[in-house]
Amino acid sequence: MLPKHAGVAEVAAAQPPVVRVAGLKKSYGKVEALRGIDFEVNQGSVLGFLGPNGAGKTTAIKILTGYLAASAGRVEVCGVDVAEEPLEVKRHIGYLAENNPLYLDMRVADFLHFAARAFFLTGRQVQQVVDRAVCCTGLEEVYRRPIGHCSKGFRQRVGLAQALLHDPQLLILDEPTNGLDPLQVVEMRALIRELGRQKTIIITSHVLPEIEALADRVVLLHEGRKVADGPLGGILGQDLAHCLVRVCLRCKPEQLRTVAEEANAVWLEERPQPFAGDDLAAATLEVAGADGLSRIATVAAQAGYPLLELAPQTRSLEYLFQNLKQGEEK
Amino acid sequence: MRVWLLAKREFFATFDAPTGYVVLALFPALAATLFFLTGPFFALNEASLRPFFATMPWLLVLLAPAITMSLWAEEKRSGTEELLLTYPFHLRQLVLGKFFGAWAILALALVFSLAVPFTVDALGDLDWGPVGGGYLSVLLLGGASLAVGLFLSSCTDNQIVAWLLGATVLLAFNLVGLAATAASMPPTLGQLFLALDFGNHFQAMTRGVIDIGNIMFYLGVTAFFLVANGVVLERRRWS
Repeated sequence: MLPKHAGVAEVAAAQPPVVRVAGLKKSYGKVEALRGIDFEVNQGSVLGFLGPNGAGKTTAIKILTGYLAASAGRVEVCGVDVAEEPLEVKRHIGYLAENNPLYLDMRVADFLHFAARAFFLTGRQVQQVVDRAVCCTGLEEVYRRPIGHCSKGFRQRVGLAQALLHDPQLLILDEPTNGLDPLQVVEMRALIRELGRQKTIIITSHVLPEIEALADRVVLLHEGRKVADGPLGGILGQDLAHCLVRVCLRCKPEQLRTVAEEANAVWLEERPQPFAGDDLAAATLEVAGADGLSRIATVAAQAGYPLLELAPQTRSLEYLFQNLKQGEEK
Repeated sequence: MRVWLLAKREFFATFDAPTGYVVLALFPALAATLFFLTGPFFALNEASLRPFFATMPWLLVLLAPAITMSLWAEEKRSGTEELLLTYPFHLRQLVLGKFFGAWAILALALVFSLAVPFTVDALGDLDWGPVGGGYLSVLLLGGASLAVGLFLSSCTDNQIVAWLLGATVLLAFNLVGLAATAASMPPTLGQLFLALDFGNHFQAMTRGVIDIGNIMFYLGVTAFFLVANGVVLERRRWS
């Protein structure tokens, strides 16, 4: 029983997860694409599915949508087992596939009508849901146009519109901004952010800022294994023993290097000066937690170099990927 | 109803590409040309369409794979197969939808070819009974040919390869009866080859003999290749 004034997050967490994946494995011949991954997606959350190319993101998505069969493990969507009742599962999912495959010869209107009927909508419902999806994705301008004559941005919207027609509980977007120009990327993200207020969404991407901008939780895959799962802030801050820090001192660059060495910080890169002036040096260092930070301040003060900036930085997902790659090479 | 939705999409999709128009124009045009200009129609001086129907198996060798070549191969190449397979359709609905869509195109081509019997009827006294039987036979033979083409289209992502495979296999189905007549052929194998020959069953039907065995043969071949098509799609999910 939930407390009377339970928040949205508490209500969502109390409901059964929309997606439940346990021990999921998939092999293509001798190649193991997924080596037993587990995760859950709660109602109303936006899950970012991340990983370098070949990590197994798309394979996992294709199994979730019923397009591929799993080699082992269990996948449930809205409490229904994908292997046992794939058709029922497909009715709950709206899917924008990677590269957004569409029938380019069909007109936008005809395609959306076909897609609506494919999801068991009939009669007046069809026009109603098509109108709603067209309005939601801003397709009015190209409604009567063959899809092949639409810009990439509009095609992406058509892909999204077909995924929304049947008002699915779960929206799966595989690389939704792939190939879009920067303006279209901004528009598409705004659209997804808007959808995220009403629906459960799984979004895959290797464009990291996209996940940072959209997802409230991340599952990080690497070589078919789940290597991290949790809120984005948590994943980025997992490695507290090694935090990045921006430093700017009124001194020469070589003097800043000396300060770094004395403070036991790792020199990562010299940075452009954040402030005007000839006698400034700036760099990004890696230090050991809060003690490392204070040590830099102390050493700089002892050496008599005024401290202009000492700012801990959030680790980017690029860093996590880089670490994964370095681990791979070792 | 679900099959109808898919068949309708396939039927109208044919008119989105030039291939559909080419097939619809070529089929009746070639049939009429072969019948009136190169066939023995005028020499026979008889209002009969038997030479017209005799050309049909050979026309279908070329045209049935032309109708089916894109149906799966193009879906696979362009990625729309994923779209279709993630919509809530049974595999059998997808296969049947594509098959009936293709069959409707063939039926439309046959409707255009009706110009030939009407012309013959205008020239002489045409007996429409065998004509009806002939057209039924072409529909059945066409259905089996389309099922073969559809299956082969599901095995590749290249339309040209799908057409070549389809035409080759259909040619083999039309020539296998000739092999049965070879002197060195063991009788049992010869009978089997004859039983498999598309033309052998077709000729019997166009003679006006609507034998249930011949009908079952075509329906059986059609069903076999449609099931094989479904198996290919299902296996791909597991590959």
